[in-house]
Amino acid sequence: MSKLRVVHYINQFFAGLGGEEKADVKPEIREGKVGPGMAFAAALGQEAEIVATVVCGDSFYGENMEEARKLVLDMVKGQKAHLFIAGPAFNAGRYGVACGDICKAVSEELGIPVLTGMYIENPGADIYRKHVSIVQTGNSAADMRNAVPAMAKAALKLARGEDLKASEDGVMEKGIRKNMYREARGSQRAVDMLIAKLSGQPFETEYPMPDFDRVPPNPAVEDISKAKIALVTSGGIVPKGNPDNIEASSATKYGKYDIDGVTDLTSDAYQTAHGGYDPVYANDDPDRVLPVDVLRDMEKEGVIGGLHRYFYSTVGNGTSVANSVGFASKFAKELKEDGVDAVILTST
Amino acid sequence: MRLEVGYINIKDVQFGNATEVKDSVLYVNKQDMLDCIGSDPRLEKIDIDIAKPGEEVRITPVKDVIQPRVKAEGPSGVFPGFVSKVDTVGSGRTHVLRGANVVTTGRIVGFQEGLIDMTGPGADYTPFSKSCNVVVICEPIEDLKQHQHEEAIRLVGLKAAAYLAEAARDLAPDELKTYETKPLLEQVNEYQGLPKVAYVYMLQSQGLLHDTYVYGVDAKQIIPTLIYPTEVMDGAIISGNCVSACDKNTTYHHLNNPIIHDLFEKHGKELNFVGVVITNENVFLADKERSSNMTAKLVKMMGVDGVIISEEGFGNPDTDLIMNCKKIENEGIKTVIVTDEYAGRDGASQSLADADAKADAVVTAGNANEIIKLPPMKKIIGHIEPVDVIAGGFKGSLKEDGSIEAELQVITGATNELGYNRLSATTV
Repeated sequence: MSKLRVVHYINQFFAGLGGEEKADVKPEIREGKVGPGMAFAAALGQEAEIVATVVCGDSFYGENMEEARKLVLDMVKGQKAHLFIAGPAFNAGRYGVACGDICKAVSEELGIPVLTGMYIENPGADIYRKHVSIVQTGNSAADMRNAVPAMAKAALKLARGEDLKASEDGVMEKGIRKNMYREARGSQRAVDMLIAKLSGQPFETEYPMPDFDRVPPNPAVEDISKAKIALVTSGGIVPKGNPDNIEASSATKYGKYDIDGVTDLTSDAYQTAHGGYDPVYANDDPDRVLPVDVLRDMEKEGVIGGLHRYFYSTVGNGTSVANSVGFASKFAKELKEDGVDAVILTST
Repeated sequence: MRLEVGYINIKDVQFGNATEVKDSVLYVNKQDMLDCIGSDPRLEKIDIDIAKPGEEVRITPVKDVIQPRVKAEGPSGVFPGFVSKVDTVGSGRTHVLRGANVVTTGRIVGFQEGLIDMTGPGADYTPFSKSCNVVVICEPIEDLKQHQHEEAIRLVGLKAAAYLAEAARDLAPDELKTYETKPLLEQVNEYQGLPKVAYVYMLQSQGLLHDTYVYGVDAKQIIPTLIYPTEVMDGAIISGNCVSACDKNTTYHHLNNPIIHDLFEKHGKELNFVGVVITNENVFLADKERSSNMTAKLVKMMGVDGVIISEEGFGNPDTDLIMNCKKIENEGIKTVIVTDEYAGRDGASQSLADADAKADAVVTAGNANEIIKLPPMKKIIGHIEPVDVIAGGFKGSLKEDGSIEAELQVITGATNELGYNRLSATTV
């Protein structure tokens, strides 16, 4: 059997080019193994061979990410590699980010197994652990002799198409939830878990509770009669026909709609895109979900300073918390820039 | 309260001249069945079809699945408040056609209806690919409002199940099981030394097509109350909702509630199962507070040591689940909660809309957002077009060749939160 072709990525320091003063070198490719590649070659044994090493300065990668990524990808492409290994980066922040980023890109673009290694507190770990297998290493190169064999072993497993386990392979948990089958059905597991909990025996929850992000309410608006108010809804109110195709559930987008001159949301012009409730009453009178009519009255009466020209809308039906946070961080910025003082959030 | 459940195993379903069971085959006289179940003026057309395990058949949009049951001996009848009077159920003897189910389909009511594949990868996720299904296809009259449409189909489904179950009334069951719960004070004292356990059964009641009925009453209007577990086996609780297909409790799931069955398995051996508290999942904060307060108070009054709490649905009801858990733990009663997850298609998002450190014992039925691919099927019962809009589907879910790429959410019963399946999720 022919050996697996491995491409290895390292920074300028481990390639022996120099330290900070050489951190701006552009990517270059060298035949065979370089620096820590020697130890990898020994640990990979007969199964795999490092056919090329890409060397890149950490500052160059960090400051020109798109360009660096493209240059390195092109170099790796030419090697017909079966496996891509980057680092280990230990606690070197820029190096860790570069290793994570290039592994992610190689995996996505070339579809081959990728692996890197770094210290758990390396900023690259937090950014890329969701996407890339990262072997947990010590915080300095002194750990090289442990890191390399662990990475080589894990990399070979990946190349054989096996899954890595945090407990066995020393990789960091990606922190993503993945479906799997357990031995017993859920109800039986619940009964067994309760019996264990009641008798003081150890038990393992299947979903450890996250730290919940509780948002304390802002102080009250001091003078509402001067405040510019915007409407934001997860109730799915959109112009008739749902022009942005916001999904009925598990929304991946939101819409921003101009209501300049609109005093009432009529059933001819607006509807809900939401798939989680009986839409009859919302479609009859969309103001029931997004109260433009009432706010226009209040605007006229001087109760509020004014209604913002745009409303933002999405569907909060099975929509992930991550997507919701993503939407709001974008449009909250716009609302601020537009001088909005307060927002009324409506659901369904 | 003591109930005997006689299971009559059904291995095949066929149309025939008379509706009867012979040698584990259920024969259905189609015309007779149509005459019996179809008189609702809100439905323009009703048809009946059969789908069997292994066939290249896709049923969609699925509204409910109902197991045929009949009261063979004793007071009242199944599905009280709908096809029978509202007498208290849960005692006597009930006969069940095990292996045959009624599935209701037809033009979509809301967005949250499901899909059942009888073979292929989708079949692995739903228990209803393993049963012979008598599919009732109901098409409504024009311009029927959704809530009327839902009600009409719900009633036809229950009538269909009751109709088929008549064939089981006088048969000798293949298996007879007895379930008994004594009156509370007796039951509590029956097994000294075993931990006393109750089941907190959360019923979907968000409203606007998210409803469950208890003895015919909309669960939105109940306050938490105590019932015998065997009442559930006679259809005291039925589904009337169009919540996402993967984690709504179909009427079948209520009738066969696996938490109740698995608690009975350990009853008198490792625990003392003293009763069931039903509660709801209303959307107003005051309702949530009231119901969770009442639930915590009730289980404390019962004097139990531990409870299992099951959720139905997701998102808004996550808050009810966590309130129940927290308040019951605060009473010094241990809890295990059963839920499923909406962790995003990539699994990277937070899974529930609420969380609390007290919820330290969680059983999960899997991430409903995970993407699945389903090959085309030769035959569609119902309508295939809604696949793009049912919860879990998206524009382009339905491909030109009839294959489907959608979230697991679309499959009926896939992440059932009564723990009916082995599917779960873990952090990788």
